[in-house]
Amino acid sequence: MIEGFTALDIFMLAAFTGYEVIARVPVILHTPLMSGSNFVHGIVLVGAMVAMGSADTDMERFIGFLGVMLAAGNAVGGYVVTERMLEMFKSSKGAGK
Amino acid sequence: MIQLSYFAAAMLFILGLKRMSSPVTARGGIVWAGAGMLVATIATFFWPGMHNYGLMIIAIAIGGGAAWYTGKKVAMTDMPQMIAIYNGMGGGAAAAIAAVELLKGDFHSQSFLVLAVIGALIGSVAFSGSMVAFAKLQGLMKKSFIFPGQQKMNLIVFAAAIVYGVLLMTSDTTGGFALFIFFALALAFGIMMTLPIGGADMPVVISLYNALTGLAVAFEGFVLGNAAMIIAGTVVGSAGTLLTQLMAKAMNRPISNVLFSGFGASGGEAAAETGGTMKEVDASDAAVMMAFASKVIVVPGYGMAVAQAQHKIWEFCKLLEDKGVTVKFAIHPVAGRMPGHMNVLLAEAGVPYDKIYDLEEINGEFPQADVALIIGANDVVNPVARTDPNSPIYGMPILDADKAKNVIVVKRGRGTGFSGIENALFFLDNTRMLYGDGQEVANKLIQEVKQL
Repeated sequence: MIEGFTALDIFMLAAFTGYEVIARVPVILHTPLMSGSNFVHGIVLVGAMVAMGSADTDMERFIGFLGVMLAAGNAVGGYVVTERMLEMFKSSKGAGK
Repeated sequence: MIQLSYFAAAMLFILGLKRMSSPVTARGGIVWAGAGMLVATIATFFWPGMHNYGLMIIAIAIGGGAAWYTGKKVAMTDMPQMIAIYNGMGGGAAAAIAAVELLKGDFHSQSFLVLAVIGALIGSVAFSGSMVAFAKLQGLMKKSFIFPGQQKMNLIVFAAAIVYGVLLMTSDTTGGFALFIFFALALAFGIMMTLPIGGADMPVVISLYNALTGLAVAFEGFVLGNAAMIIAGTVVGSAGTLLTQLMAKAMNRPISNVLFSGFGASGGEAAAETGGTMKEVDASDAAVMMAFASKVIVVPGYGMAVAQAQHKIWEFCKLLEDKGVTVKFAIHPVAGRMPGHMNVLLAEAGVPYDKIYDLEEINGEFPQADVALIIGANDVVNPVARTDPNSPIYGMPILDADKAKNVIVVKRGRGTGFSGIENALFFLDNTRMLYGDGQEVANKLIQEVKQL
């Protein structure tokens, strides 16, 4: 378990990382980037799987099932959509210049 | 081994996002992040003491399959609402994790319990709020629901959710009826908070919910002791917050204003003040006007994208260039439905980057332009944003298309824009309206120019 100040340290460092990574992004990439970061929090799938994997009652199992389903949607949908957008970007860039 | 794979995943996510912030490496970025996701997901199957594998795989197949299908099928113009819905799913998943953990109720320490409850609250709000955002952008829900005392009502629901949250944190049993009420209140707050927000502000809201989901994921990551979730969630949380700020800044509206002002509420009053009549022009006259101009600035908006007219428009512009006309594209920061959305659509049509200009770069050039061709844009060229303090869009930076010598507006019909505000530009003396579907109009223009 990650606890106390270790948790806080990780939280702070990750927050700064996120800020720095985005800070100098050009406007044209805002939409794909929003979509991309949307995909990244699809990692919630991992947590949903763990939660469901430890579910014992029917109620827990049902909610866990919903959670995994939603998380998988987040991850897969986020990837497909971002990939489609960025693919277009690359090819048009090559043609345009 | 599992921890190692999570570490690798977290690193791939950050590197992937980094690569996504430059057009050259962007494509690789999402592939890197995708690889990270795959590694983490597979590793999780080996988490000790897990069961319910069968159901789990079914759940992944349903959720993933549905998202794959919709994600592949959706048109580029509908991207924003798809992002909203996928994002909402993530928030919902974070809330579901919290629900399962709270039902089990064996927390190592009080701080985990607190984090679980906060994560549940944020996740639920992001979930229901994103669904409303989706419904609005998809056109399933047209109007903004505004009633007197709405903000007080929202505040009461929010306060009640917090009270029940605290109750959960302090009581001995975290399951049961209080848990149910808590989630109901949190979900209700997400819906109520989003309902009064108008369509034009939706991108900012979606971005905000994106950041919130990230945060919720991070909190549930702490609860589960999952480093990948903590890092990825926090990175998205802070990156999303920054993106939200950038978007709000582009619209010149503080985030608090977006959330609490009820956009478009005063739109009806502003309409009465616009005098004059709209003057029509036909395609051949418009084509002549532009073919013999020396400088044309094209202002594309969402309407052009809906009509899938970007290819035809670009073809038309190339013909104009052959005739020696200087053509430039002016993109408002919030053209389309999101910052950068219009750039994506123009890129799709093959418009070179050096012809596309930002608001600050191009605004000084409108007075020298012979024609400003406005295709499917509305609110972003509405001069009342400069002149009328009563207008809900007052203060938003706009493209000064009204300063061009002539303005041609290609528009489907006489209706108002997405925000529901009447556009004073359409009534100006130097404005001509060219009614029709964007693609049809572009086709006609191409033919007319060819005949010249």
